[in-house]
Amino acid sequence: MTIISAAGLRKDFTVRVKAGRLRRERRTVSAVDGVDLAVERGEMLGYIGPNGAGKSTTLKMLTGVLAPTAGEVRVCGLTPVAQRTRLALRIGVVFGQRSQLWWDLPLRESFGLLRHIYRVPSADHAARLRRCRALLELDAFLDTPVRQLSLGQRMRGELTAALLHGPEVLFLDEPTIGLDVVSKQAVRGFLAELGATGDVTLVLTTHDLADIERLCRRLVVVDHGRVVHDGTIEELHGRYGSRRVLVADLDAPLPAGFAVAGATVEAVEADGHRVQLSLDGGVGAGTVVAALAGAAPLRDLSVREPAIEDVVARLYRS
Amino acid sequence: MHGPTATADWISWPRVRAFGALAAAGYRRHSTYRQAAVAGATTNVVFGFIKVYVLLAVVAAGGAAVGYDRRQIVTFVWVAQGLLTVVLMWSWTELSERIRSGDVVTDLLRPLPPVVAYLAEDLGRAGQAVLTRFLPPVVVGALVFGLYVPGRWFTVPLFALSVLLATVCSFCCRYLVNATAYWLADARGPIVLWGVGSGVLAGLYFPLRFLPDPVAVALWVATPFPGLMQTPLDVLVERDGPALQCGLVALQAVWAALLLLACDRTQRRAERRLVLQGG
Repeated sequence: MTIISAAGLRKDFTVRVKAGRLRRERRTVSAVDGVDLAVERGEMLGYIGPNGAGKSTTLKMLTGVLAPTAGEVRVCGLTPVAQRTRLALRIGVVFGQRSQLWWDLPLRESFGLLRHIYRVPSADHAARLRRCRALLELDAFLDTPVRQLSLGQRMRGELTAALLHGPEVLFLDEPTIGLDVVSKQAVRGFLAELGATGDVTLVLTTHDLADIERLCRRLVVVDHGRVVHDGTIEELHGRYGSRRVLVADLDAPLPAGFAVAGATVEAVEADGHRVQLSLDGGVGAGTVVAALAGAAPLRDLSVREPAIEDVVARLYRS
Repeated sequence: MHGPTATADWISWPRVRAFGALAAAGYRRHSTYRQAAVAGATTNVVFGFIKVYVLLAVVAAGGAAVGYDRRQIVTFVWVAQGLLTVVLMWSWTELSERIRSGDVVTDLLRPLPPVVAYLAEDLGRAGQAVLTRFLPPVVVGALVFGLYVPGRWFTVPLFALSVLLATVCSFCCRYLVNATAYWLADARGPIVLWGVGSGVLAGLYFPLRFLPDPVAVALWVATPFPGLMQTPLDVLVERDGPALQCGLVALQAVWAALLLLACDRTQRRAERRLVLQGG
């Protein structure tokens, strides 16, 4: 069942640019330019793109805080802007760079307030809070005012705050930004567990591709307000021809003219003692290693998986 | 924006509870800054002495000043000093700062209109200010000078209602001034104008009755300013007969309703043309 659908979604902004000493011209900029999207219930979707690609703008239109210039949007069967307050009861939003907690109040009181604002029955609230407390280890700072929390602690509080009313869709806008490795892992682990239940649909925008690799099977890449890829990470690799790389250290220089089917010699370094070969899709590293070993004695080798960063960087540049 | 169901939902019991919870949160948020409360109350008391001696000099010169006797003028000054932070005429920039930084997005993502949520918190803040900021100057004034004791049975409850309405009116004015940030990005200019204008036009620095009658009447009817400070003070010191005393509070109520409506409209208009700051 489709829980989020967008067709031809567009958002134009009018900006004034200097044109001469006093004159200013109005120019229309499309932040989002015809995005089509369909997300199924329970899906975990990664939504990525370079800075200014239109990710946050799309998210704001999906959550109803920004009116689209054109196009159709439905989230949980509602029209986001027109039915914003009703939609708010059914979605949760975490902005990595914003806070929805009360700065001066202890975390516990912020959660209590949200229960009233979202009209959550107290048994449901207690059960959800108990689960978050256990999974996100909140107990140590539940009574600390939000202003005194570290970023990692606050983000765990934000995640809890977004989930206490049992949302059907959770929108996460850069939830791991600025977090240390341990906190990032805690947040990812929690989201993975949440996604595994299948009760919540996750839409995640991030610049940290490790978040995506860990959490999302489906990846939507936007650039200049347009969707440039919509599919799995593997499909992305396939489409952009990313290849595994085999690095071998040899005891003797590699004979000139060495060639093996299914692999390309990318570089020969250290007077022929180190070679880098990129492997075609479907070719086993074993065959290439055997051929190499036949040509020169092997000392050491490693195989590098294609990095999603490289693919995405190529995508952004293209 | 809201359908008929949403409008009916506006005054539902859970909404009332949410309003109460937010008001309680406003109270607690402001209770955390105790040293600031002590410093603020001390300042209010010091300025109370300065103001009271200036106005007493005026009374001494003429025996009575524009219909206030000595005790009424003393009460006027000390209660004004107490009401200053209850009504909160200045120094509220929370909304404009949130608009500027883009944090206002999180307010819009709640199932409660922002005007309602901010009003609830502001009333909680005002409740807290009654204890920490209203009482000290009033107690000092009572001990040092002696205050006016109202003669009519309904004056004190009417004063309480008038203070509540003054707080709502002041909240709305502050909200509107802050909301200019939706269009201007920076609301500091309007906030400074509001700070200067409201003090003078609300009767904080001198009773508005010192102004020529047509000007005073025009201010009362055509602007919400006298309702922010002068009206509750005149109600308390029984400056006018019972009919006018109640009429002034009714006028405050009309202004409160108009201003709330203006806030709601402004907020909705802002949301329609909104460019939320930040990525």
